[in-house]
Amino acid sequence: MSRNAKINTLLLLVVAALAVLPLALGLGDHKEEPFTGADAEAETAITELQPDYKPWFSPLYEPPSGEIESALFALQAALGAGVLAYYFGLRRGRRQGAARAEAEAAGPKGAAEAAEASGTGQSPLDRPDA
Amino acid sequence: MHIAEGYLPPVHAAAWGVAAAPFVAHGVRALTREVRSNPESTLLLGASGAFTFVLSALKLPSVTGSCSHPTGTGLGAILFRPPIMAVLGTITLLFQALLLAHGGLTTLGANAFSMAIVGPWAGYGTYLLLRRFGAPLMVAVFFGAFVADLSTYCVTSVQLALAFPDPGSGVPGALAKFGGIFAVTQIPLAVSEGLLTVLVMRLLTQSSKGELTRLGVLGRERTERHEEAAAR
Repeated sequence: MSRNAKINTLLLLVVAALAVLPLALGLGDHKEEPFTGADAEAETAITELQPDYKPWFSPLYEPPSGEIESALFALQAALGAGVLAYYFGLRRGRRQGAARAEAEAAGPKGAAEAAEASGTGQSPLDRPDA
Repeated sequence: MHIAEGYLPPVHAAAWGVAAAPFVAHGVRALTREVRSNPESTLLLGASGAFTFVLSALKLPSVTGSCSHPTGTGLGAILFRPPIMAVLGTITLLFQALLLAHGGLTTLGANAFSMAIVGPWAGYGTYLLLRRFGAPLMVAVFFGAFVADLSTYCVTSVQLALAFPDPGSGVPGALAKFGGIFAVTQIPLAVSEGLLTVLVMRLLTQSSKGELTRLGVLGRERTERHEEAAAR
């Protein structure tokens, strides 16, 4: 693995560790319901501060169950991830296409050099120059 | 985690709506101008919006024993400047308010003000300041995204404290309470968001050098040097 790919992997590992540690260390154990949403906690806090406050508007549509809600959240993440993947895939494809066209224009001898210089065939994570 | 539907008194809800509206309107103009003058930036704009979509859907556990989610607005604010994020952030909030009963229509103004306006501006300001003082790009990107994320939830805490002051200790007491719920929970998540934004920015510097140079994220000199190196 190149240095670049190592750094990227390390970044992902740290993010994963930050998410897993609160669970592994049992940081929610002091609560009746561990790891509820901060927005639900705020609702509780509001009721404590102003016991007579009633929400004056309710959501137009509410997912009928936790399952449906998590499905919709997954859909949101999938849409975002899909567009991001499309973006990076398209960029990589264009770069490779441009490098190939350049190589063909330069003739058979230039081809190997151009491919080498533009880093074709390597994963974008492995590009050493950026 | 945004302010839930109906959980801001009508006057507050309306006031935050009025405060947020001009920023969003200005953002729509900035967005149309950007797309019209640089049609090729549409893809990267979409990717910035998509990053916000992914990160706002990730509810992560935090040290306080509760869950919250990052905002993903720092990346777009650094790439395209904050007005654009006023639009992309509000679209994300609208999606969650309409389909997920997360946040709400009556609290959309307040939530847009924190996540789509203050967050991007604070993050962008931090990024610019660090860059001006000569910080490396990725350090500035990390702290820009970190501040965009954390400031969003500080604003949420202030908004709730103003609406629901503590009967004994007033607004400061309520601020401590809501700050403990939102802002403290958010600190490790803001670190995660900073790291993920750095990761995406690293991938962008590899795949979209030309675009980043045009947007002023990468200096011209640096890119030319890269191109020379590639040409050799």
